[in-house]
Amino acid sequence: MAELLSVRGLRVDFVTDGGVAQVLDGINLDVGRGEVVGLVGESGCGKTTLARAILGILPAGAARVRGGEVRFRGADLLRQDPAVLNARVRGKAITFIPQDPSTSLSPLFPVQTQIMDLMKWKSPRAGNGAGARWPLWRYPRGRYHADREAVLEALRAVQIPEPARALRRLPHEFSGGQRQRLMIAMALLPQPDLIIADEPTTALDVTIQAQILRLLRELVKARGVSVLFTTHDLGTAHEICDRVVVMYAGQEMEAAPTEAFFARPAHPYTRRLLASVPTATGELRDIPGDVPSLVAPPPGCRFHPRCEYATPECQARPALRALAPDHGVRCHHPVDGPVGIGA
Amino acid sequence: MSAAWFVVRRLTRDRSALVGLILIGVLLLAALLAPVLATHPDDVFELHPARRLQAPGASHWLGTDRMGADVYSRLLFGARITLLIGVIAVGTSLLVGVPIGLVAGHFHGWFSDLLMRVSDIFLAVPQVVLAIAIAQTLGPSLPNVILALSATYWPWFARVVYAEARVVQKEIFVESTVALGASPWRLTALHVLPNIASPIIVRASIGMGFTILTAAALGFLGLGPPPPTPEWGRTIAESREFLPDAWWYATAPGLAIFLTVMGFNLLGDGLRDVLDPRLRRGRTPRDG
Amino acid sequence: MSGQPPLLELVELVRHFPVRNAFGRRTGWIRAVDGVSLAVYPGETIGLVGESGCGKSTLGKTVMGIHAPTAGDIRFAGREIGRLPPRERRAIARDLQYVYQDPGASLDPRWKVLHSLHEPLKIHTRLSHAEREQQVRAILAAVGLPDAHLDHYPHELSGGQQRRVGLARILTLRPRMVILDEPTSGLDVSVQASVLKLVRALQQAFALTYVFISHDLAVVRAMCARIAVMYLGKLVEVGDTAAVFEEPRHPYTRSLLAAVPRIGGRRVTLDFALEGEPPNPRDVPSGCRFRTRCPLVQDRCAVEEPPLREVDGRRVACHFA
Repeated sequence: MAELLSVRGLRVDFVTDGGVAQVLDGINLDVGRGEVVGLVGESGCGKTTLARAILGILPAGAARVRGGEVRFRGADLLRQDPAVLNARVRGKAITFIPQDPSTSLSPLFPVQTQIMDLMKWKSPRAGNGAGARWPLWRYPRGRYHADREAVLEALRAVQIPEPARALRRLPHEFSGGQRQRLMIAMALLPQPDLIIADEPTTALDVTIQAQILRLLRELVKARGVSVLFTTHDLGTAHEICDRVVVMYAGQEMEAAPTEAFFARPAHPYTRRLLASVPTATGELRDIPGDVPSLVAPPPGCRFHPRCEYATPECQARPALRALAPDHGVRCHHPVDGPVGIGA
Repeated sequence: MSAAWFVVRRLTRDRSALVGLILIGVLLLAALLAPVLATHPDDVFELHPARRLQAPGASHWLGTDRMGADVYSRLLFGARITLLIGVIAVGTSLLVGVPIGLVAGHFHGWFSDLLMRVSDIFLAVPQVVLAIAIAQTLGPSLPNVILALSATYWPWFARVVYAEARVVQKEIFVESTVALGASPWRLTALHVLPNIASPIIVRASIGMGFTILTAAALGFLGLGPPPPTPEWGRTIAESREFLPDAWWYATAPGLAIFLTVMGFNLLGDGLRDVLDPRLRRGRTPRDG
Repeated sequence: MSGQPPLLELVELVRHFPVRNAFGRRTGWIRAVDGVSLAVYPGETIGLVGESGCGKSTLGKTVMGIHAPTAGDIRFAGREIGRLPPRERRAIARDLQYVYQDPGASLDPRWKVLHSLHEPLKIHTRLSHAEREQQVRAILAAVGLPDAHLDHYPHELSGGQQRRVGLARILTLRPRMVILDEPTSGLDVSVQASVLKLVRALQQAFALTYVFISHDLAVVRAMCARIAVMYLGKLVEVGDTAAVFEEPRHPYTRSLLAAVPRIGGRRVTLDFALEGEPPNPRDVPSGCRFRTRCPLVQDRCAVEEPPLREVDGRRVACHFA
């Protein structure tokens, strides 16, 4: 598959009061063209940091990229000119859908002002950042009207009723589900190659979540856009993803096509994670122990202190083992066979 | 206590707060040890017309005033008055303002509205004008200055406490304590008040500076304690006519007021930073 | 269980909140809880599910006495408690307790854990410090919290540990009934499993009756024998969990269950049909509240509000159930 995004050996440290936390420990990740990839993991596993590292929006003071590369369309984003990145990649070739849309829009301005502001710089008709260095640069009339048509079209695509009237409203006049539809429209408008969606349905109710997941999947599939979708909810990952990557404590553990991932998970962590989903029979299985400190993480595979299969070998990070052409696991003792999953 | 020690340690690390602490420390020492530190402790009440308006020198470090008294010694005894006014006025304001703010913050409805409107009325009257009115009516004296300052400063505490209490009332831990069956009394005394202590302390520190400044202004206008009390504001007023000849006469109390007020304000700012609970949560940030 | 009298009985319970404009004039009502009748029997776990804004938390807090009921009765152990004077009402808290969604936020940030654990006993009993200490230690063993944590402040504990402290705090009173408000929301699945296990073990150990408020249907299915589904301030379906999940009778319950992702099967979103979002509880639709989104809607639904009626051993509020 032609890789659109490929992250190799990415290491990111965070300077904290308690010491240097190794938040990403040599992460590998691939996203193919037109593919929806789920980045699944529990809180603190580093999935949000990875998403931010790809977007290049890590907190400047605290985060340090220690090594690795983030290749997007063949070029390493970590080593590119920040001005070029701003003009051509960020918000344009790679766009973002946040977890909480209510904080991503200014409460003071109508939605139209904010979307058109985005289009002024990031519209596909804007060329490669022409005039982007001039904050007072005027919005060309002709392009404004073309862009506005595109915006209305996008709002129709995300099924916001009466798009022209909706544009004049303030963000708080939209419900949570509608705001997330707006964010999807805004992410699609620059005609990106990749959308990074950070837990976009976590704050929504199940019925709204089902609507949004369906809409997002239909839209990106129709347009051939790739999506990197972070979530802590395995059910959500199952609904929307073509492929799933599991992270634990800053390391990727297993990557597999969605079918294989849920049917034959091979990594002991993945299996325990899937088993901890409540079942219809009321059986509850947790993972004993706690997530390790990222300041002083265990050596090798970071799951080994909690792993029932652990051996001294696990003190060294296992190499990638391919179980099937598209199914890779980083474990010395991969397990075969299905896991009983409920619900 | 560890919490108090923590605050002091953090304060000493903040440069401007440290300056504030030192200034206030010097003021406290001056007030407490005035009889020991003063070179001419009797000059507060005695007149020495022979040596009036002498320039600073070996025997009179800060010169002498129009009565021939030692400016330095009078300054030290003046610190006592200044501190006395500040502590009692702010203390009284706390005793009146904090309960009113807490009560208004606890109840919802006309009663809390009434309390806050009353404090608004006090806030709307310019402080110096009200103080002048009180001092004029009751006569210039130390207790009347303190009364005037307390009467005008308590609404600030009532306001701060009311606003903060309203915020804390909405916190889940307060609601959960209500659900536990706690009485309003317990809730306010043990949960709400300790959680709003920081802004009260900050406001008290800044209030000390403000009150001392106003007291000096009243003294300057002749509404403070009558002579021969070595009150700083009155001393400046007395020195006006000698300003061209005796620069030290006005400079010494002027500087003393300036440094004292600055000390309390710097300490207040420092406390605001140190007592901010967000800084105390020194926990490794996690991402999701 | 049906032979026993209910421990908690709600009769047409109503809680409305006034909506005021900038000048404090009332411009309308939010009908958060709008006529709920429900019986909870000793020893059971009843799940209260619904989407955000449906009034399930308001219902729990009205039962707890945090909100006063606008109308209707709350009968606890045979006694009406909704209109008791404050002092008597507070005493009820000894038997009827509430666990907050975020127990970290429900502990005073300035109090050490041990201090917070003593507080309920200080409020409701006259035990000496040593006697209280003994009770607290016994509960700590039950919730599996190491002694080392007692000297910490709430923010120094992990989410799972905070939930253990939250449970320990209310259990020191040995209540008869506990209302759990979203006890696992915000937790990772692996931690969620251990908290749910604990909740279940505590029910056995302390003979508790639970009202389990949650929006997570998978969790409710695993934990509750009976389930009550709420929509816009009203119950739409009440019945045995297994039966309701097997064959939901109300169209809303059906949609709600259809929206839950099912791992390993066909993607549920491919067939999910429910459109729109719940209306604002300020402007509740006439007749049946669900009619604006209902696939079965007919003219009758706009005129006549369906009562919660008995159908096949459960209660459903739909004309066509």
